[in-house]
Amino acid sequence: MDIVEILFTASFWAAAIRIASPLIFATLGELICERAGVLNLGIEGIMVSGAFAGWMAVYSGTGLWVGVSVAMAVGMLFGLLHSTLTVPFGLSQHVVGLGVTLLATSSTYYAYRLVLPEVTSPPKIVAFQPYEIPLLSDIPLLGPALFSQTPLTYLAFVLVAVVGLVLYRTPLGLAVRAAGENPAAVAAQGLSVTAIRMGAVIIGSGLMAVGGAFLTMSAFDSFFFEMVNGRGWICIALVVFGSWRPGKAMLGAVLFAAFDALQIRVQQTSIGAQVPYQIFLMMPYILSILALVVMSRRAEVPAALMVPFNKGER
Amino acid sequence: MRLEPINNPSFGRKLVPPALALSATIVIASLLAMIAGANPFSVLGLIIKGAFGSKFALLETLNRATPLIFTGLAVAVAFRAKFWNIGAEAQLYAGALITVLLGTGALVWPSGLILPVIALIAVFAGANLLLVPALLKTRFGVDEVVTTLLFNFIFLLFISMLLEGPLKDPMGMGWPKSARLIPEARLPRIVNGLRLHWGFALAIISALCVWVIQTRSTLGYEMRAVGLNKQAAGFAGIPVNLVLVKTALLSGGLAALGGFSEVAGLKGSLTLDLSPGFGYTGIIVAMLALLNPLGVVIAALFVAGIFVGADSMSRAADVPTYLADIMLAISLLLMVLAIMLTRFRVVRD
Amino acid sequence: MDTSVVEALNLEDITKRFGTLTANDAVNLSLSEGEVVALLGENGAGKTTLMNILFGQYTADSGTVRVFGKTLPPGNSRAALDAGVGMVHQHFTLADNLTVLENITLGVGSLLSTSAGRSAARDRIKALSQKYHLSVSPDARVGALTVGERQRVEILKALYRDVRILILDEPTAVLTPQETDDLFATLRLAIADGLSVIFISHKLHEVMAISDRVVVLRHGKITGGVRTADTDKHALATLMMGTEATPPKVPQSTPGPALLKLDRVTTPDVGNAPGLKSVSLSLHAGHIIGLAGVSGNGQAAIADVVGGLVKPAEGRIEIAGSDINRWTPREAVKRGIARIPEDRHKTGTIADFDLTENAILERYRSRGFSKAGWLNWRSSRAFAEAIIKKYDVRCPGPDTPIRILSGGNMQKLILGRVLEAAPQVILANQPVRGLDIGAVNYVHGQLLEARARGAAILLISEDLDEVMAMSDVIHVIADGKLSPGFGRGSMTPTELGLWMAGQGFENENAHAS
Repeated sequence: MDIVEILFTASFWAAAIRIASPLIFATLGELICERAGVLNLGIEGIMVSGAFAGWMAVYSGTGLWVGVSVAMAVGMLFGLLHSTLTVPFGLSQHVVGLGVTLLATSSTYYAYRLVLPEVTSPPKIVAFQPYEIPLLSDIPLLGPALFSQTPLTYLAFVLVAVVGLVLYRTPLGLAVRAAGENPAAVAAQGLSVTAIRMGAVIIGSGLMAVGGAFLTMSAFDSFFFEMVNGRGWICIALVVFGSWRPGKAMLGAVLFAAFDALQIRVQQTSIGAQVPYQIFLMMPYILSILALVVMSRRAEVPAALMVPFNKGER
Repeated sequence: MRLEPINNPSFGRKLVPPALALSATIVIASLLAMIAGANPFSVLGLIIKGAFGSKFALLETLNRATPLIFTGLAVAVAFRAKFWNIGAEAQLYAGALITVLLGTGALVWPSGLILPVIALIAVFAGANLLLVPALLKTRFGVDEVVTTLLFNFIFLLFISMLLEGPLKDPMGMGWPKSARLIPEARLPRIVNGLRLHWGFALAIISALCVWVIQTRSTLGYEMRAVGLNKQAAGFAGIPVNLVLVKTALLSGGLAALGGFSEVAGLKGSLTLDLSPGFGYTGIIVAMLALLNPLGVVIAALFVAGIFVGADSMSRAADVPTYLADIMLAISLLLMVLAIMLTRFRVVRD
Repeated sequence: MDTSVVEALNLEDITKRFGTLTANDAVNLSLSEGEVVALLGENGAGKTTLMNILFGQYTADSGTVRVFGKTLPPGNSRAALDAGVGMVHQHFTLADNLTVLENITLGVGSLLSTSAGRSAARDRIKALSQKYHLSVSPDARVGALTVGERQRVEILKALYRDVRILILDEPTAVLTPQETDDLFATLRLAIADGLSVIFISHKLHEVMAISDRVVVLRHGKITGGVRTADTDKHALATLMMGTEATPPKVPQSTPGPALLKLDRVTTPDVGNAPGLKSVSLSLHAGHIIGLAGVSGNGQAAIADVVGGLVKPAEGRIEIAGSDINRWTPREAVKRGIARIPEDRHKTGTIADFDLTENAILERYRSRGFSKAGWLNWRSSRAFAEAIIKKYDVRCPGPDTPIRILSGGNMQKLILGRVLEAAPQVILANQPVRGLDIGAVNYVHGQLLEARARGAAILLISEDLDEVMAMSDVIHVIADGKLSPGFGRGSMTPTELGLWMAGQGFENENAHAS
């Protein structure tokens, strides 16, 4: 099969959409944080914690959607920690973010080892199953690609629209955007910059955790160490690539996932087999760096990103 | 609430918050160990005993601290200039790679010649690896946090590719592992019979050099100025971008020296598990040291002690070893908070 | 006093301390409906702190704020806004990425409401801007507006919320005299509708023009209050500063040779700030050239060119008769240009560096301070000590971080740093902004001394009075264009104001003398 043929198979696009889903959740989460002015480098660890928490909840008997909520709650907890340190205390967002990633990752592994001390291969759960949307899934090519996904994937795409609407069409979204641009403008209108920023980081972190949970509850059905594997960092690149806009970020995620799905398939072709598999695995990271270089010139960075706000100070 | 700077912090102001942060870390760790079924009051003792309680333990801690001093210095140098190098992991592997490329038979020279040559080329390689993110930052404004992070993944895959391809040891029984260094390319032990190699001494010397550079040289002055206030530095005539690039070169070189020291001093060959995250842990070391190069040595000993001690504690008390990482993460977060509180007081508006 | 007058605002015994500094000391202030009170005071007198307490940004240590008889909960801006208090900050509080409408409606109503109610808001904004002559398009992005337009947005923000008490903090600092007149016209319309105004300024003629009553704040205390009708400018100046301001005595001098020349220099715009448009200027030995203009009209661009931060896109720089090719800050220093930057905190000094490190900031590479890449801390420290002594920098010593110094002492260190090199050319960009009267006199004295020994000085200031008092020749800059030079005393403030508003440039030939 050559590359052009691959591009016209439904299974390829179905895989791309599936790979894009966790990235969309986490990218939206990061986007919300950054729009409010906070860089959240806790994303990688929060995804790990979400992946574990959701899976663990289902493994111990709750329903799938409860599992998603548990993951979200755990993510929000780490968001609360991150935002407490970075917003009212104004600590370095770089250092705190990396610290949160380390804390979330290590405490997740600790919890995993506490619950399952001896196992070598982790137990499986019954994950989300694909749901074929009536009528739409019958469309040739598009149907199997877009409309035979798991409910979590549908949720990811619905969330893009929701986040877009909230950011651009509601007073709350207006306040978030203003907080990331000029927090003094927010304070002068009697709003609390601290509350808006903390709220954004907490909600955003919740979404990151759902992105992690997608891995254990929809893409796969159990939890592995290293399963997030840099996806969080890629999402940070995707936010830049998407110029801090939900729709563009989603496009970036899908584009990125399509490349990822493509490299998996090319690897299996006769030519691809000649190339060391590591080259293919490098592609997503190299692509992210290229995306950053291309977009960095025209991106409209929120002006107050990474600038702490101390009330009454000028 | 609001933060108000304190102009002349008292001795107690400088001491109490960090002490509280440290105590809180220990308390939290003890509680977590209790959840795992251990006696919370024995945790601290077991860690200290495991890290410093015997000659063997102490040497193990010193050996573990060695690469952390290098990566800690790499991070401290970079962060001082507000260049966020999160890629010490990759730079360390770059140094290790050069060591096995040159030390497994490519050069057959006496120790006194081959070791300095390899070390210099390793430094050069690590420096150049960080040059790319540095130039992307200064030329295109690409955030170096993300690029250095992504470089870690790319470079480790690259190493993995080499270890399964051209560098694979034919005698390695199929493991992805390089050939062993020739004896001349091994760093000798400092004292015969004691398992501590010259890499540790090299680390201490590097810390001293960095300290002298930072406090006495114009470059150190420039790096501090750029880190504290880029705008004022640029106005005064300091070439900000050039200083950032120099900082990156120094930082990458130091991390690479850590890779050289690990391979030539301890392991003798390159495998994919050469570093259990030394590059990332270097960030914690640097932050705990308040970015002070001499403080890095102490912080590295502290962090290595926690790793070694927690290992031994986890065997004795049956607590997952990840407790060590949790302790470090908590101490990092609490310590940055504590340091801020030594300089600012929290007041109501 | 007329008892039928409604009391709009009453501040009672407001005290606020920051550490050991008492910013407000038992301050009492009241305001009637429809009244304009001017709050006068030097920088650091506590005006802004007091207004921040009224507006709920700060919590007072003691005292109460009553608005139309109701006590406001402390530290709650929302409550202040809801009670009808509005504030136009000196530094605009607008988000550049949002539209005018979005900036105005931000935070009005519940954050959780699902609709933004744009069309109703748009109609209301249009009605208000028509009524009060505040023309600005609701859907324009604030980032694309001029400074004058931004201020209109700030005032619309307050009017949109049905403000009953409006605080204006130095509102005219960024306006031309003509724009100031427009602002006053708008205010009078609103005052006629019952708006009460607190007007913070140190421009005495404006205070005389707009206010009913003047209250003076000194060192955190109310030191005087007079009806505007019963006073004059001189009396106010004495009240404000304790002594009457004495304008610097500038002896006659004849210009020497041109030490620095800009020849048709053009630079690109930076964001909203205009670049230079074919600017020619010569700085002569023994002369002070004053650059007047409204903030943001190219002053930064000209300072950047002279200071070595920006190379001209077109045109030439000539120093002591020879062309300059490489042009960097370091080169500028080497060529004998002393640079006093506009912002001492952000560009002039490094807050966490000590005085020694700050003293050698521009010249650490020169012989005497370093050799072969190694710093000589002993000579550096001696240099700092010499500056501290000679320029009377009040500080615990050369090892103190500079951030704990007052603005005046910080400026003295910068003065020492640049003047000790016996510069040929001095670029003084807003050298006295934010300083108290003692420091202002000191800085002006130092500049005049340098002039006397033959230095060429470019004085950039937004304070027209300062420019007129100090300069031998005045140029006006407007939208990146430079007016011809006007000799000392040849222009009235009103005439210069017309140039500042860009009006002289069309019929330039008629004016050029």
